[in-house]
Amino acid sequence: MTSTTDQVANLADFAATTLLRFATAGSVDDGKSTLVGRLLHDSKSVLTDQMEAVEAVSAQRGQDAPDLALLTDGLRAEREQGITIDVAYRYFATARRRFILADTPGHVQYTRNMVTGASTADLAVVLVDARNGVIEQTRRHAAVAALLRVPHVVLAVNKMDLVGYQESVFAAIAEEFTAYASDLGVPEITAIPISALAGDNVVDASANMDWYGGPTVLEHLETVPVSHDLTACPARFPVQYVIRPQSAEHPDYRGYAGQIASGVLRVGEAVTVLPSGRTSVIEGIDALGESVDIAWAPQSVTLRLKDDIDISRGDLIAPSANAPATTQDVEATVCHVADQPLAVGARVLIKHTTRTVKAIVKEIPSRLTLDDLSQHPNPGQLVANDIGRVVVRTAEPLALDAYADSRRTGSFLLIDPADGTTLAAGMAGESFASKAETTVQADEEGWDF
Amino acid sequence: MTTTVAHVHDETDAPYALSHLDALESEAVHIFREVAGEFEKPVILFSGGKDSIVMLHLALKAFAPAPVPFTLLHVDTGHNFPEVLEYRDRTVEKHGLRLHVASVQEYIDAGKLRERPDGTRNPLQTVPLTEAIQSLKFDAVFGGGRRDEEKARAKERVFSLRDEFSQWDPRRQRPELWQLYNGRHAPGEHVRVFPLSNWTELDVWQYIAREGIELPEIYFAHEREVFLRNGMWLTAGEWGGPKESETPETRLIRYRTVGDMSCTGAVDSDAVTLDAVIAEIAVSRLTERGATRADDKMSEAAMEDRKREGYF
Repeated sequence: MTSTTDQVANLADFAATTLLRFATAGSVDDGKSTLVGRLLHDSKSVLTDQMEAVEAVSAQRGQDAPDLALLTDGLRAEREQGITIDVAYRYFATARRRFILADTPGHVQYTRNMVTGASTADLAVVLVDARNGVIEQTRRHAAVAALLRVPHVVLAVNKMDLVGYQESVFAAIAEEFTAYASDLGVPEITAIPISALAGDNVVDASANMDWYGGPTVLEHLETVPVSHDLTACPARFPVQYVIRPQSAEHPDYRGYAGQIASGVLRVGEAVTVLPSGRTSVIEGIDALGESVDIAWAPQSVTLRLKDDIDISRGDLIAPSANAPATTQDVEATVCHVADQPLAVGARVLIKHTTRTVKAIVKEIPSRLTLDDLSQHPNPGQLVANDIGRVVVRTAEPLALDAYADSRRTGSFLLIDPADGTTLAAGMAGESFASKAETTVQADEEGWDF
Repeated sequence: MTTTVAHVHDETDAPYALSHLDALESEAVHIFREVAGEFEKPVILFSGGKDSIVMLHLALKAFAPAPVPFTLLHVDTGHNFPEVLEYRDRTVEKHGLRLHVASVQEYIDAGKLRERPDGTRNPLQTVPLTEAIQSLKFDAVFGGGRRDEEKARAKERVFSLRDEFSQWDPRRQRPELWQLYNGRHAPGEHVRVFPLSNWTELDVWQYIAREGIELPEIYFAHEREVFLRNGMWLTAGEWGGPKESETPETRLIRYRTVGDMSCTGAVDSDAVTLDAVIAEIAVSRLTERGATRADDKMSEAAMEDRKREGYF
C-alpha cells in the first residue's frame, strides 16, 4: 500500500462534507438486502477483503453469483437463516456526502425495528416490488415514517426488470403511494424506478428506462437537503452534567454541560431554567475548549450563567422569551418495543432528554391499526409492535415540546423500573401531520386517532 | 404523474451547518457526559491505540476545564509494542489520570489461562477484562469499537448491556431510539459504551489530524524487522516468531491498528505524516481489520463469538 500522487489529488474529496442519516424499509423478499448491497457495491464502498469473504461464502454454498445480502447480514444466525435479525448501521461515503444507513429488517418485528431506524433518520427508503405494487406492508412503512416525522421519503419501485421496465406500472404505483403518504403528512416524496439486482437507477442511470428523467437513488441521497430546521426552532438546552473543577486555576468555574437540542443560543440572552422557572442571563459559552458568542444545535457546549442558581442534570435551559410550558400530564403516541405488555395503571419511568422521572399510565385511549389506520378504542394494554395513544401522569413536571416541533425534546422512553427494559418509544402531541392546516380541530375523523 | 423530483441544493448556503467531524465530535461528547451523569463508576478502556487515544481526547474536551471523571483500564497481553506502552504511561502521567492494568501474563503465570498453540494472546484478553470489571465494580466501560470495523460490530448498540458474565446477546439488545440512551442495569451487570460507534477509520484519522493529537510512532512509516505469516507482516519478537521456516527481513512499514504483536500485522507504507496516512487510508481497498488482524480471520464469525464471550 504505497501512496501515489493521483491518490493525493483526491484528498479534497474527503474534506468536511455533510452527513445524511437514512433508513431502509421493505418486506421480506422485496430485495432490500440486494438494494443495500448494490448501493454499497456500486458506490465502491465494499473493500476487497469484504467482497472476497462474500464470494468465498457464496461459492461454498454453491451459489453462482456473490450474494450481496451477505454484506449486511453480520450475525451467525442471520447468515444461517438468510434473514436479518436486528438493525445494523452501515457507513459509506461518496465525494459529495457521507452516509449512515440504518439497515432495518423487514420481518415480524418490523414496527419496532423500523421505529428504531427511523428515529434518527433524515430520510427513509421504502421498497416496493413492482409486481405487487402498494401492499399493506408499504402502507405500514409509510405510516411509521409519517409518525416518526422523517423529513424525506423515497419510494423505490424495485424489480422493474420483471415488469418489462414499463413506465405505466411505475406511474400507477408512484401515484397511489404519493397520495397515501401525502395524506399522512409526509412532506416530501420521491419515487424512483429501480432494479436492485440489475443495477438500474441505484447508482448508475438505467439504459432500460429512458422515460425516467429523475435522479438515481444515490444521486438523490447525495443531493437531498439535510434538514437544518433544528436551528429554526426555539432553543432548548437539556443540562447533562455540571462542571465544577474547584481547582486553584478555576476556583469559581461552574458550567452546565449539554448538547443543544434545537435552536441557537447567544451570550447575553435571557434564559429560564425549567422546571424551577428561575431566570438568568448567558454569561459565556464554551464550545469544547473555545469561548464563543453563539452556538447552535446539535453542538455540545458548556453554558455559564450570570447568577449562581440551583441547576442540575435533568433541568432544561430555554430562552425566557420562548420557554416551553411544563406539564405532569403527557399525551402521546407510543410505539411499544418490549415483549412484556404495557397496561393501564402500570408504574413506569419516563426518560425525557436528560431527565428520568416516575410516572403512571393513566389511560390507553386507542390502539392504531397501521394497515388501514383505523383506531381500536381502549385496548387496555399495548403489546410488542403496537402503536397507541397513551396518557401518562408524571411525578414531576416535564418541559416537553410537541414531537412535531422537535424530535429531540418531544420524544421520550418509557422504562420498566423493575428491570430497566425499554418499554416504549413516545412522541408527545399529535400523531400525524395534518395535510390541510385548516381542518377543524374537533373533527373526530382526522388522523389524530 | 405526481412524483416530485429532488432539488439539488448547495450545501454551503446553510447558515448553521455543522461539519461532519463536528457532528461526530458533538455526538461522542454527549455520550461521555451521559455516562458521567448516570453511572457510579465508569472506566475507559485505554490501550494506547488510536481509537482509545481519540476517546481520551474527547473525554478531556467534554469535561474541561475539570479533569476527566473516569479512570483508565488497559488489558495488557504481555506482547505489546514497547513504543505503545511508553506512550500509554506518558499520557496517563501527563493528564494526571489513574490507570488500572489487567495482565494476561499474570493469568498465565498463575495457571488461570493457558497459552494457545499459535501464540496468539488476543482471545485471552476476555477473562482478565471481565474479571477486572467485576472486581473493580465498574458499571460503565467505554470501548473504542466502531461499527464500520466488522459486520458483527455493525449490530452493536452505543449503550450495550452486558450481564454479570459480560456476555453480549445480539438477539436481546435494547432498541436504541433517538439520542435517548437507556443505561439502567441490575447490580453486577454493566454497560459497554461506544462513543465512536458512528465513526469510520478515516474519520478517526481526519480528527487526529484536525486536533493535532499525538500518536505512538508505530502508526507512521518506519523500518522494522518483520516476517511473513499467513500473508501478514508480523514483528519478530519473544512472543514466538519467526519460526525456523520464516525469514525475517527489514521493510518500510507502518501499523493501521495496534494490538497484540502476535496477531497485529504491519502494512507496507512510506507515509510519515498524518496527511500521507490519510491519503493512504482514503484509497486503501482493504478494511482496517482485514489488513492487519490475524485473529479475525480464524472463522467467519470470530468477532461475534468473542463479543458474546465478553470481549470488547
